[in-house]
Parts: sequence; structure tokens; C-alpha cells
Amino acid sequence: MMTTRKEFDLGLDELKALIVEMGQRVEKAVGESMSALLNVDVAEARRLIAEDKELNALEEQISELGATLIARQQPVAKDLRRILVAFKIASDLERMGDLSVDIAKAVIRLEGQTLIKPLIDLPRMAEIVKTMTYESIQSFVLEDVELAHKMAKDDDLVDALYSQIIRELFAIMMENPTTISQANLLSFVGRYIERFADHATNIGESVVYLVTGTRPDLNS
Amino acid sequence: MQTLIEINKLNLFYTAFHALKNVSLKIPEKAITAFIGPSGCGKSTLLRTLNRMNDMIPGTRIEGTIAIGGTDIYSNEVDVETLRKKVGMVFQQPNPFPKSIYDNIAYGPRLHGIRNRQQLDEIVENSLRASVLWDEVKDHLKRSAFSLSGGQQQRLCIARALAVNPDILLMDEATSALDPISTLKIEELAQELKDRYTIVMVTHNMHQAARVSNQTVFFLNGEVVEYADTEKLFSNPSDQRTEDYISGRFG
Repeated sequence: MMTTRKEFDLGLDELKALIVEMGQRVEKAVGESMSALLNVDVAEARRLIAEDKELNALEEQISELGATLIARQQPVAKDLRRILVAFKIASDLERMGDLSVDIAKAVIRLEGQTLIKPLIDLPRMAEIVKTMTYESIQSFVLEDVELAHKMAKDDDLVDALYSQIIRELFAIMMENPTTISQANLLSFVGRYIERFADHATNIGESVVYLVTGTRPDLNS
Repeated sequence: MQTLIEINKLNLFYTAFHALKNVSLKIPEKAITAFIGPSGCGKSTLLRTLNRMNDMIPGTRIEGTIAIGGTDIYSNEVDVETLRKKVGMVFQQPNPFPKSIYDNIAYGPRLHGIRNRQQLDEIVENSLRASVLWDEVKDHLKRSAFSLSGGQQQRLCIARALAVNPDILLMDEATSALDPISTLKIEELAQELKDRYTIVMVTHNMHQAARVSNQTVFFLNGEVVEYADTEKLFSNPSDQRTEDYISGRFG
């Protein structure tokens, strides 16, 4: 068998490279927004918000390249799925970027405040979703269904930590109502990271669809 | 869906060359079935066995059976002329007769003994309507068929095939000599005709198979590699060789 579609394969490689770049940026952004929160570093939060524009530009680039490849190369079967999946993953990554921006916005609202408690579980959640992001992109690059499944299992850890954080913040709020505003903000941050993990799981689902042609539900 | 054509363990040899190997297929009625595959894979050969066009090629030998509506078309009782009336064919190059548009369509019915002018007029009009050519030619039925464009000529040939009231229409690369607009018109026409006729088409244009057919058969080296609903075959084929071929990563 001979490969006869050099031009098309080059386009697919480029698409893959763009996804990898988005993935790396998203992974970095969630870690940095968590550091900004821990240090209540408003300047860093502002920088992160500005940086999100580059991520959006990458998603647009993926849309355009994918559309061009469909129009000019008329892919079918797995080749077509490669492009459809790239669209979907890029959109999940773009949302993940937005969630990091939401964390950064929470940091700005905390300006001048001292944290009501030392943050332990939120950074833990952030670490897990960083790994999930890395593994989801890795599973896409390697078309590795097993890795996609393994990655999606970590979503349960994230959900468990999120419930724990909510319970803890409730207790603090009941004890001292002056903490409500910040506790609320912190529980939102937990919610953002929990959503972030769901998008990583979506990427895993896209990978399974790419490889097998069937749509699994890795969230259940 | 009801099976109309049943091919069972068909082997075909052109003298020493084994062109079709153990082909078994059930082709449903009133649907479009497409044969795809690289040159020399046997798809046109198989199409031509369906109205015994290969009989004319010396050295052709056939094993196995092809039944249409339950009748083995290679049995001694079958009259080939009657078979070809039931199984019409359209070729790659439009091949109208050097006659008027009207006489092209009336040719077959006349051959089968219809002389009544009114009846012939009706057949000509109905056939040209069925092939969506009527509105373009109704005022020039006496003009030579060669005055038509390539796409119109091909629709004339389809009308000519329909005039003898077939059950099956075979299309052998019927659009490969046509421009894109004429191609789309023939594809649309095929879609309309499948409610009344069983259509089997051979095409080199995979996207055409994807656009118009209900089932697709992928052939390679005289064998059926995969036979599936077109949607399945073009979205998630079972065989890697099919995937390679439809993705253009083959040969």
C-alpha cells in the first residue's frame, strides 16, 4: 500500500500540531490561574485574562484549516472524523481556557483580601485536571483509546474533591457569615475546575469516537 | 428490503484470467446499489453479467448463479433479448442512435412490436418525462439526437432504456464523460427513478457513490471486500482495505 495523499496528510499533521499547542497552553493556564489564586496575585490574573485571546485565535485557525481540508480534500470515514474531532476538541479546549479566565477573574475580585482558609483541595484539583488535559491530548495524538478511558476515570477524583470543598465551605459560612462572599467565590472556582475536568473527559470521548467511530459516554 | 438480484458463488473467467472470485451478493429492489473499486477489480464485469453482456466476449466462462426475481438468468430457458428488455443499461459515453429524438425512444417499443402511433407518442413522452428531458426537447422531437448536449444525450439514453419498461437499470460509469452540472442532473434523476426501478451503478467517483447510493459494494481483485449500507461504508467501514480505498490511500 502506498500513501497517495501527501498534501492532505500534511494538513492533518498541522491540525494535530495546533491541537497540541492549544492543549499545552490550556494546561499551563489552569496551573497559573491557580497559583494566582493562592497568591491573590491580581497582576498575574490580568495577564492570564489577556493571554486567552491567543487561545481563541488558535481555535479559529483550527476551524479554518479543518474547513479548507474538508472543502479541498473531501475526506471520508476516519479521515473525516479526524477533522470533526479536531473541531470538537478545539472547542472543548477553548472552553477550558475560558474557565481558567473565570478563575483569574475571581482572583481580581479577591483583590486586597486575605484568604479565609489555606487552600489545599483546590490546588489538588488543579493538579489533577492538568494531568487530565495532558493525557487527553496525548490520547488524541497517539489515538490511544485506553489512555482516554484511564484519563476519564480521574474525573471521579475531581468530582469527589469538589463535593468535599463545597461541604467545607458551607461549614465555614455557617460559622462566620462574613466569609460568605469569599466562600462563594471559592466554591465557584471549585465549580470551574470541575467543569474543566468534564471538558477533558469530552476530549477523551472524541478520541474514542475518532478511533472506533462510536460515541461513548465517559462521564457515566 | 426485498432482494431482486441474487448472485451466488459467481466465478467468471476471461480464458485464463479469473476476473470474479466467488462473488455472492443480494441486491435489493427499488434502491440504488453502487459498485466501487480500483480499475480491474471486476465491478464492471459483474455489472455486465447482470444482462449477459459478457456473452459477447469470446472465452468468457461463468460458474455459479445469478437469479433475478428468482429466475436464473443463465439457464437455457432464458431469452437474452427479453432479459435485456428487463435489464436496461446506460454506458459511459452517451450512445444515441443516428436518428431523431423521437425515434431513439420509440426504437425499442417498435422492436417489440408496438406500431400504434398514439401508444408510441405516449411511451416517448412518459420516458422523456421520467428522464427529466421532456421540457427541454418536447418542441424538437424530430431533431437529430446528436443536436443534444452530452448530458442531454445521456438522459436520452436513460429514457430509451426506460421506454421498454425495464425492472432494472444498469449504469456503467454513466456520468464519467459528463460535466459536473449534467452529472448532478443524472444523479438526481437516479434518485427519482429508484422509487420505480432497481438501479445498479458502477462508478469511479467515490463521492458519487456516497451521494446517491443506498448500498455500496467495494471490490478488490475480483472479490467483494465489503458490502454495506452506503452510510456505514463511507463513515465507518469494517475492513481496513475499504477504509484505505475510500480515503484515497491506496495504490
